[in-house]
Amino acid sequence: MSPTLSTPVSHPDDTDVATLPFAPRGPVSTAVLRHLVDGIPSDHTRLADAAVDASPDIERDDDLQLALFALYASAYGAFAAFDPDLEWEPSLIATRRVIETAFERSLRQTVEVPELPAPAQDAVARALFALTGAEAGPSLSRYLARKATIDQAHEFLVQRTVYTLREADPHSWAIPRLTGRPKAALVEIQSDEYGGGRPDRVHATLFARTVRGAGLSDEYGAYIDDVPAVTLASHNTMSMFGLNRRLVGAIVGHLAAFDMTSSIPNRLYAEGLRRLGFGDDVCEYFDEHVEADAVHEQIAGRDLAGALAEDRPDLLADIVFGAAACLEVDDRVGRHMLDAWARGESSLRGEDER
Amino acid sequence: MSDDRVTVTAYPDGPLLVRGDIELRASDGSAIPRTRRTVALCRCGLSTIKPFCDGTHKAAGFRTDT
Repeated sequence: MSPTLSTPVSHPDDTDVATLPFAPRGPVSTAVLRHLVDGIPSDHTRLADAAVDASPDIERDDDLQLALFALYASAYGAFAAFDPDLEWEPSLIATRRVIETAFERSLRQTVEVPELPAPAQDAVARALFALTGAEAGPSLSRYLARKATIDQAHEFLVQRTVYTLREADPHSWAIPRLTGRPKAALVEIQSDEYGGGRPDRVHATLFARTVRGAGLSDEYGAYIDDVPAVTLASHNTMSMFGLNRRLVGAIVGHLAAFDMTSSIPNRLYAEGLRRLGFGDDVCEYFDEHVEADAVHEQIAGRDLAGALAEDRPDLLADIVFGAAACLEVDDRVGRHMLDAWARGESSLRGEDER
Repeated sequence: MSDDRVTVTAYPDGPLLVRGDIELRASDGSAIPRTRRTVALCRCGLSTIKPFCDGTHKAAGFRTDT
């Protein structure tokens, strides 16, 4: 089956919407996008309050996850259409806080956190490796390696564009909030993510080459309309952890878990893409991550998360929570794809869902 | 200057991390290309990208004393 990839948004009955980088999915995202793009203030904070109360599951709520994604995108500067003067506009910040407070509360209830290790470097690194090594169930990377069709491989790349075309940015927010050993460790990892001084080696740039090589668009946000709420929620989780100083432990734990579950899956992704006939231009990003994340996971576990727990034992619980949340929200994206494919369907949003 | 010192750090149950300016050579003396400042060298013998680590030691249950 061919995935329905979106063309630029165009709604003949609503000319305003045509200027938006992606289409809203409900009242909150409509009001937020209109404010961010057209500068028209509205009652989105009240709408968000009501939507948060009414939502049966904010972690899978398209309207709220898209609104939160847009509010974070304003901080990243991800879309030229979003007016930079509105980055700190009080009502937009208020709306962001309404959604992220409810989102964080929900994650803290649904994410299973293991028993905390001692706040010592070695104990924390070992606990994080144990947590990330315990993944069970079906594996997206093994499926990609052996069974995925070319359309499914395209879908996988589309799902990944939301984060990977801006890879590493969510974790960079933590740099000025850390000191000493954890700061040096995070910068060592991020410097490698950003190419170590070589623009052509920036990981997001390598991934842009991958998606172009696969015949997809490398324009940031080109596929927002295609991805489900779980994919936005995965990105929103790291943005929330990164952008809130009080959650610095969680973003550190997130990075550790992310890097600890990367090198082996990336080898399998590359295997699958080569099986499907893709060349080195498409596979280089994944090849690179086999080697890079085998380095990063050691630094992230010991020198970043382990050292931070030792320096700031008060952050230990959030370090472990951030790691467990990373595994959970990313696992949902993987399961969403595998479940859709098992039903013979596309993992991307169909026309009827828009 | 002491900052130019090369360090090799053993990570428990994992690879050796090398920081600093070194040249890696294969057994025939040829240079092994290195694309990053800090590299992880395989210690368990199971990596598919030797001499670099690819994380396979974790699945294999590789254990070290330190």
